[in-house]
Amino acid sequence: MTTHDLVILGSGPAGMAAAATAVAYGITALVVDEQPAPGGQIYRSIESTPLKERRILGDDYWHGKALVDGLDDPRIDYRPGTTLWQLTRRLEVGLLQGGHASMVQARHVILAHGAMERPFPIPGWTLPGVMTAGSGQILLKSAGLAPSAPVVLAGCGPLLLLLAVQYLRAGIPIAALLDTTPAGQYWDALPLLPGALRNSRTLLKGLGLLAELRRAGVRHVRHVTALEAEGEDRLERVRWQCGNDPEWHCLTTPLLLLHQGVVPNTQVTRALDCAHDWDERQLAWQPRRDPWLATDVEGVAVAGDAGGIVGAKASAMQGQLAGLGAAIALGRVSEDKIHGEVKRLRRDLARETAIRPFLDVLYRPAVHWRLPEDETLVCRCEEVTAGEVRRMAEQGCRGPNQTKSFTRCGMGPCQGRMCGLTVSELLADANGQSVAETGYYRLRPPFKPITLGQLATAAEDTSG
Amino acid sequence: MSARIVIVGAGLHGCSAAVHLSAQGHRVTVIDKEYAGRHASGVNAGGVRRLGRDPAEIPLAMAAWERWQRMAEVVGDDCDFRPVGQIKVAENGADLETLAERERQVRALGFDHEYLITRDELRQRVPALSPHCPGGLACDGDGYANPYRTVTAWRRQAQRQGVSFVEGVAVTGLEAHGSGWRVQAGRQRFSADILINCAGAWAGTLCEWLDEPVPLAAEAPMLMITERLKPFLGPVIGATSRPLSFKQFENGTVLIGGGVRGEVDSRRQVAETCLGGLADNADTVLSLFPFMHEARIVRTWAGIEAVMPDQIPVLSPSSTFENVIHAFGFSAHGFQLSPISGEIVADLAMGRQPAYPIQPFSITRFQGYRSAD
Repeated sequence: MTTHDLVILGSGPAGMAAAATAVAYGITALVVDEQPAPGGQIYRSIESTPLKERRILGDDYWHGKALVDGLDDPRIDYRPGTTLWQLTRRLEVGLLQGGHASMVQARHVILAHGAMERPFPIPGWTLPGVMTAGSGQILLKSAGLAPSAPVVLAGCGPLLLLLAVQYLRAGIPIAALLDTTPAGQYWDALPLLPGALRNSRTLLKGLGLLAELRRAGVRHVRHVTALEAEGEDRLERVRWQCGNDPEWHCLTTPLLLLHQGVVPNTQVTRALDCAHDWDERQLAWQPRRDPWLATDVEGVAVAGDAGGIVGAKASAMQGQLAGLGAAIALGRVSEDKIHGEVKRLRRDLARETAIRPFLDVLYRPAVHWRLPEDETLVCRCEEVTAGEVRRMAEQGCRGPNQTKSFTRCGMGPCQGRMCGLTVSELLADANGQSVAETGYYRLRPPFKPITLGQLATAAEDTSG
Repeated sequence: MSARIVIVGAGLHGCSAAVHLSAQGHRVTVIDKEYAGRHASGVNAGGVRRLGRDPAEIPLAMAAWERWQRMAEVVGDDCDFRPVGQIKVAENGADLETLAERERQVRALGFDHEYLITRDELRQRVPALSPHCPGGLACDGDGYANPYRTVTAWRRQAQRQGVSFVEGVAVTGLEAHGSGWRVQAGRQRFSADILINCAGAWAGTLCEWLDEPVPLAAEAPMLMITERLKPFLGPVIGATSRPLSFKQFENGTVLIGGGVRGEVDSRRQVAETCLGGLADNADTVLSLFPFMHEARIVRTWAGIEAVMPDQIPVLSPSSTFENVIHAFGFSAHGFQLSPISGEIVADLAMGRQPAYPIQPFSITRFQGYRSAD
């Protein structure tokens, strides 16, 4: 088993910045990423996108170019197309590359694998033709692909608006943008606006997106309170209700893109059994970290959205901070020596993240979007409905590990990514407990499925 | 006359004991440091198996099997029991001889539930099996059930009979009081006429307190499960000279285990899977079912279980104190025995002679053992 000083998971803004920072202190870094090219979700396909016209994806997207160029350094061993399938508390790292499984030993690990979309379980969300907005954006960035028939976007959050604008600029027709942001939330978020003005650039960008949609005449339906996808074998129609109006509206469409925000991807930190806290404002789990972004597992730090949603720019700053933390931990620099640099970095980070409380409150998904009706499927892999989860609570299941043992809910190939938050919140609600008390799935390797054949060969690395 | 009974450990055996004791009108409290079925009881392979048991366990396993036929009556739930049969396959001539010897041994004891099958019969029952296997030992009526569902069914039956469960509280001390016990659990104290030790991997601590230490090892048998595959397998498959338990559920997923061990992190009280053992397990599977090479593993896990050096449980009264009964150390094959262990514990607690020979399970067999520290 080969040993690496620093293994970084993810080549998004946080991972790229962490690598660039660490190598400046003489550390060699192994950067692994599942994707075939660097950039993470935000700067996906930045080197290869067919959408060369800068205007379509926007200036923020092209910002990633400098970070990506930084990966081109002889001290960085960048391995695209590589999946992390195991990470132990002893920092043994299981990798899968080109169908071959292997193990390496790390001395320090920075997890920078980003966010995932919050589950958005509505009736019919499993029909072919219903996708997450994130998947819709991947199609656009990597292949410039999208259907010619008008699409429907539904949900809330900055990414949904951004995607709507990106689709618009790419000439893809939008039948409607169904906004599920609850009516009262604009008022709830208002007191947080002064704080958010510290990052007025991001705020203005958001307002700009809204204005661009309005100018283009996109049908923007607000205060959507009920939403269903319908069709025989695939999506045919989207139905919705607005406010307290009992009338159902309907649109025919081949593609519905759903989105209600992003949450940290905690699969790996959960599998490591790091301490996690429930963040009530972001309605998500976050690994507990010290000021250097280190978790309670020796040698493991988390940078970027994987530790709590902060956005691309703040993620890169956190990457730098974690890279400095790695340099200290590996004995390449003393804390005193970089005191000034760290102080500046933390100040910039505070300014950049000042907008989060405002965005978190404004785009907080309403409770009925997070606790679906009994008939709605929650666990897609094992086909478990919200009603079944509620019945398990009645039978005495206090937490998601018990429901998992009971019905295999959360035990399918997605390892609970698509249902974990929903199940925790459903159980908390049904049992009258807090989500923090209810807990989350215990995660186990492999993080991504590997074949029996690959498993058999991986062991050869550890023997001897 | 109704006794106050405290059971330490809300696993299968603790919950089964609670059901049988409360059915006789006793006032039962079950205390668990986490929750019912958290460790071995809830996450084991779910094998309902008489095949290949230690001779001492066979009478108990036969009696338990009779209860498994009517679990809905016993605990109000069928626990997803599927009597699909179990087969231990021979991979070579030496294995086949081992199985033949086993068949003779079981017959000599007066049982006929295990019988040899030929290469052709094996092929017929398990067409997907590699043709190099020359035969097997079969046991019809064995099968599998859902472990967590089973432990939950026992717990709920106990609750319906008035048993109280105290979960998330560890027992921190014992004190003899009159002819009974005071059991300290965090800030709470429970009085008991009779104390029952069903604490699984943590049972050794109670034994130390009772001045009868036992050589109990906390181990972490590992399991892994595949994505859904097309149905290819009916019975549960085991190997003869290598650890393997291999079954396909109705939903198509395949569960692989059978005794390879992970690691126990005693500080965090959790079991960790470890790659080497899983890879050995994968090797065994690939030699018996080569087409599984491309099957994807979606999850691995391990549960903490008490294992005794002679691989059979302690199921007996205490040798040092009156009014203490032990039921632990089932050594990674206690799942099937849960319906009968509780009956035996109830008999012992009430001073009745159990209907089954339990002398081999006496704690006195470890007399003279001194723990390392």
